[in-house]
Amino acid sequence: MVGELTWRKRLFGLWLPLLAFVVIALFPFTWMAATSLKTNAELYNPKASPLSIQHPSLVHYIDLLTETNFLTWVANTMLVAGVATFISLLLGTMLAYPLARMQFRGAPLLAIAVAVTYLIPQTLLFVPMADLIGKMKLGNTLSAVILTYPTLLVPFIAWLLMGYFKTVPKELEEQALIDGASRWRAMTRIILPLCLPGFLSAGIFAFTLSQNEFLYALLFLSKSSVRTVPIGVVGELIRGDAFYWGQLMAGALLGSIPVALIYSFFVKYYVAGLTAGAVKG
Amino acid sequence: MSKILEASRAGALAAPARRPFGLAAFIERESIFSWLMLTPPVLFLLLFLGYPFFYGVYLSFFHKEVARDATFVGFGNFVKLYNDPIFWQSVRNTIIFTGVATILKASGGLAMALVMNQDFRMKAVTRAMLLLPFIVPTVLSTVAWQWILDPGMGLFNRLLVVSGLATTGPSWLGTPTMAMISIIMVNTWRGLPFFGISILAGLQTIPVELHESATIDGAGTWGRFRYVTLPSMLPVIFIVTTFSIVITFFDFQLVYVLTGGGPANSTHLMATYAYSLSMGAGQMGLGSAVALSMVPVLGLLLVLLTLYVRKD
Repeated sequence: MVGELTWRKRLFGLWLPLLAFVVIALFPFTWMAATSLKTNAELYNPKASPLSIQHPSLVHYIDLLTETNFLTWVANTMLVAGVATFISLLLGTMLAYPLARMQFRGAPLLAIAVAVTYLIPQTLLFVPMADLIGKMKLGNTLSAVILTYPTLLVPFIAWLLMGYFKTVPKELEEQALIDGASRWRAMTRIILPLCLPGFLSAGIFAFTLSQNEFLYALLFLSKSSVRTVPIGVVGELIRGDAFYWGQLMAGALLGSIPVALIYSFFVKYYVAGLTAGAVKG
Repeated sequence: MSKILEASRAGALAAPARRPFGLAAFIERESIFSWLMLTPPVLFLLLFLGYPFFYGVYLSFFHKEVARDATFVGFGNFVKLYNDPIFWQSVRNTIIFTGVATILKASGGLAMALVMNQDFRMKAVTRAMLLLPFIVPTVLSTVAWQWILDPGMGLFNRLLVVSGLATTGPSWLGTPTMAMISIIMVNTWRGLPFFGISILAGLQTIPVELHESATIDGAGTWGRFRYVTLPSMLPVIFIVTTFSIVITFFDFQLVYVLTGGGPANSTHLMATYAYSLSMGAGQMGLGSAVALSMVPVLGLLLVLLTLYVRKD
């Protein structure tokens, strides 16, 4: 009797809702994969079953890799996301460290100014930003987005790192200073190494956001050879009003795989970053 | 032993005095060191965030078209917007989109967290799978959704027809109401894991003793949820919701890719309308005015959220 009750409780309280959440989260990816593996004849045949694949074919993947610059876009995306993440971590650390651990004039004002940048719409910035990029003659270069992405990332990273920097006891630093270390040495040799998980969280977050950025890439990268994956897929695989769904889905799936892979290695740190504000704040 | 300790302590205390004077000592001062560190990021943010911001605000008071000189029009752009029905439509859409999607994500995310907060095998893998919609580049999953919602050959309508529920499915992106429902649905799909996983992390910090003592006091499953889980989760839910409101409010790519603001401007958000005015119509002053108007609307939403939480 009791056993039956727990069994039912497990089914309705855990397995069925869990299954529903997993199906909802994953079915678009299954649909991407199924579409990308069908030939056009099967894809647009209203009599064929939408869920099964009769004649699996790699034709869309071959077309994608030979007829478009897809691999260049992937390489561009990785390069841009990597460099932008590095710059943002560097600048974010320089901003967060004094704010979290030191007392100086203007600190509260600066902290507020950094927080307020969250509320500035990107759509207000893009016209002046395009002007600035134009003046620096950086249009259609990867530098255009490498320089602008950190504006979206630095405030967020600084805020996230501040939480980590504050957790290191002040005594550790004081002891190092008493022992004759300079502030710089205390920071680089003692405090920062202790915050490695914070850097991983902030880094993986910044990397994902850079890969995802759309508006600046759309404005500054119009030449096919400098495009990132999101802009390449939307700009070149959708040709006019014609949708090549097989190729589009192959591109969407291949474009998602690098992020999914990187993130599956660091999922622990990603979740930590996600929840740092929620749980600590 | 104690002598050695004492000696080392004395040495340590003497150390600062031995430090060189001049530049090195100057740099060691807390405020000087701070500002030396802060100068590069602050200069960077002033150039690439401060300057564009003030230039954007400045532009919203000018009539400015592509490759033409700007002429000052005072509040002219805002007056124009006040009389522009599409602008008000975009304000309404943004509030509905943000509000409804946030409520769906918060309640769905709470449910996801409660389900996930039980013991079962493969929990880590499940968590990683549930987070996928949130980490995959938005544009790519949105293109997939466009194909899912395709009126003729898309998954939803094919399933409706195959299962015999309908002879032809609805035009998911073709009518104003259905298109709004669709963009809210896709945004909810993407943002749900953010709530679910964040709230789950919060749930795991509730001490077990709280639940135990509530059970001893006679609280059932619902009682424990209402009087233990929910109150201790409110701060977490508040922060995650604030974050989500800001992100959802500024969402651009979802609508840009899925509907382009159509049909007949019915799904424009303020962000996409600002973009289409600036880039499509070349009215950069007017576009900037729309973008600037987003700030008070977002402020209003955040104040409403705070008041709602306070009341609780």
